[in-house]
Amino acid sequence: MVGVSGLVDKVVDGYQRDKDMLIQILLELQRGFGWLPEEALNEVSRQLGVPLTRVYQIATFYKAFSLTPKGRHLIRVCVGTACQVRGAPLIRDRVQHLIGVEPGETTPDMRFTFETVNCLGCCAMGPVMTVDNDYHGHLSIPDVEKVIGVYK
Amino acid sequence: MPRINSPSELEKLREEIKGKRDPNKPCITLCSGTACQASDSESVSQAFERELKRQGLEGEIDLRRTGCHGFCERGPLVVIYPEEICYTKVKPEDALEIVQSVREKKVVDCLLYTDPVTGARIKREPEIPFYENQQRIVFGPNRWIDPKNIEDYLFLGGYRALSKALFEMSPEQVLEEIKKANLRGRGGGGFPAGRKWEETKKTSREPKYVIVNCDEGDPGAYMDRSLMEGNPHSVLEGLIIGAYAIGSHEGFVYVRQEYPLAVENLEIALKQAEEYGFLGENILGSEFSFRVKIHRGAGAFVSGESSALMNAIEGRLGEPRMKYIHTAVSGIKDRPSCLNNVETWATVPLIINKGAEWFNSIGTDKSKGTKIFSLVGKVNNTGLVEVPMGMTLRQIIYDIGGGIAKGKKFKGVQTGGPSGGIIPEQYLDTPVDFDELTKLGSIMGSGGMVVMDENTCMVDTARYFINFCCEESCGKCIPCREGLRLLREILNDICEGKGKENDIELIEDIAETMRDASLCALGTTAANPVLTTLKYFGDEYETHIKEKRCPAKFCKNLIDYWIDSEKCQACMICLRNCPTEAIQGGKNLLHWIVQEKCIKCGICYEVCPPRFGAVVKLSGEPVPPPPAPGTEVVRKEGG
Repeated sequence: MVGVSGLVDKVVDGYQRDKDMLIQILLELQRGFGWLPEEALNEVSRQLGVPLTRVYQIATFYKAFSLTPKGRHLIRVCVGTACQVRGAPLIRDRVQHLIGVEPGETTPDMRFTFETVNCLGCCAMGPVMTVDNDYHGHLSIPDVEKVIGVYK
Repeated sequence: MPRINSPSELEKLREEIKGKRDPNKPCITLCSGTACQASDSESVSQAFERELKRQGLEGEIDLRRTGCHGFCERGPLVVIYPEEICYTKVKPEDALEIVQSVREKKVVDCLLYTDPVTGARIKREPEIPFYENQQRIVFGPNRWIDPKNIEDYLFLGGYRALSKALFEMSPEQVLEEIKKANLRGRGGGGFPAGRKWEETKKTSREPKYVIVNCDEGDPGAYMDRSLMEGNPHSVLEGLIIGAYAIGSHEGFVYVRQEYPLAVENLEIALKQAEEYGFLGENILGSEFSFRVKIHRGAGAFVSGESSALMNAIEGRLGEPRMKYIHTAVSGIKDRPSCLNNVETWATVPLIINKGAEWFNSIGTDKSKGTKIFSLVGKVNNTGLVEVPMGMTLRQIIYDIGGGIAKGKKFKGVQTGGPSGGIIPEQYLDTPVDFDELTKLGSIMGSGGMVVMDENTCMVDTARYFINFCCEESCGKCIPCREGLRLLREILNDICEGKGKENDIELIEDIAETMRDASLCALGTTAANPVLTTLKYFGDEYETHIKEKRCPAKFCKNLIDYWIDSEKCQACMICLRNCPTEAIQGGKNLLHWIVQEKCIKCGICYEVCPPRFGAVVKLSGEPVPPPPAPGTEVVRKEGG
């Protein structure tokens, strides 16, 4: 198993230690770890020679980054305009009620991380949610419980 | 593949590709854009592969996975060539019958599109009304191209415009052609592309950069994504031609990381273009060299703004800056940087091939060419449509979109995303172009078109967009950051029945300040959805504020669910499904809702069988008292 600094080393090298590539490097690390551990951010700062404040500035500005670990399954409810007019708010509320956490949070048992997204680009299926890589479209409110129940 | 070193070698290769392809050989094309993938076109593809293999037809029938065809409502879509037979909502189990039908030159009737008006089954793709009324010059090739195979693009004449530009035209002539074509930026601003190119070209500092903006952030819009996923070479070809005209040798494609398929197909396209000599040193044997890098956006709406995007490319915060000096003059690393949107770049090769005059023959006086729209919401035919500028909203929504879903009444159409506005019914005959929609207080924007019906609350819609911008505002300038926060509070209050008499005045006041004093377009236009809804649907605000009533019965805090005792058939469905056990009653006993326990989740309303329709939403009226406990149901006749 490659440690945190090992992976950071590899990714930073892959971008020729170019400071301009900070966002791309953090994206790779986010993908590798599933989130951005403090240790990784320290390591990026050290290896790239970029102040830690700037690393944190980037890591907190962009939505792709998470400073907390994610759950085993990622639930994303689309709240794009097309889904919104087709009743996405009620789907979102239903998920929230069922798993007991708000968008942006992870359940204490690490089973689910819950997010809302602004458009999944499959508006014909709205309202739509994804769990991990599976799309669930044309949702009605009662469907939500069945969908979520599949992911343990 | 050895690289191509001259225009004649390119044409020779093209002839070779054409020679290898028999126009009469059957080909099954399958839409594999993101929307169709979401409806499991992957499994359909595998089923076709298996079936072709099983029937030993791999050599006789081609299978091609293409980008988005546009008619997402009916996906996954399959089109059989050369006959252009279109099958909709294809499932893996249909593969057997389709393959057989191709072999026997027959048609699978039950998978054809059925016209909802006439009930007639339509065989050929171009005859389906959704497609028939479009003019797909930019988006059309998507349906013939496997985006992972450059040969498909070359077969259709790809990179011919590049070859023409490099060897038959000077950079000045290319620029002149784009200026003459009056090509305006498709990302929303509508700024003349030629003028932008010229500004960068004339700035003496080096190096110069060219950039593709594929940071499509408007919710409910996915035109650029589908173009980038389905036909990445068309975007690249346009970019290279632009770079030649401008005198740039380095380009960037900024693409959202939320679009993994677009990133993947673009990476493949870049690699292939380099191998074939369309990118790199001495392109096609000319003196011109040009390279492209991909930059993945990390999720920030405001980074779609040109100066913010350039900051992001430098690895910094995607925040905008004041643009009294244009980015065309001072952008990436303070060097001249010319940024255009995906669709704009993809239009460039067409103009070079067919000429500015041809382009000017399409569209309206001041808006030339076509525009791709993402037609979504409460419309029958959701999908991507490309129409000449100047087509009316009514034609787009009714002739192409097939009208409002579920027989509901049209209420408004939202154009231009969070910077746009909502246009009411009386303006449905407005021609759609850059200038006409602006006159109505909206914008054409990048092409989002969200249709709303009588069940959409306009105050809530305004709140939705303000909330969106509030979360996406970078916070650098105060009018945008604080203005949005205040607007959100006021609109939340109104939607929750806590609106006050002077709220509307206050909204207008804040909106004006934001428009005049914000740093970038996010802030200056963010109030448009509020201002247009106030202008066209002002009575809904009044009703929310004065009567504490939501006419569309959408705002949670202003509605109550109630079971009509005269309609309830005590079927137990809502009672069993209620997550908070708020529904009382029982078998053969009338159901009723304990209002104190109800969380207004809407489940009872959805599960009540439509033939009963007993659960109703009330707004602005008292909830009638429940039936006496234990009241038995009066069965409907035949119920």
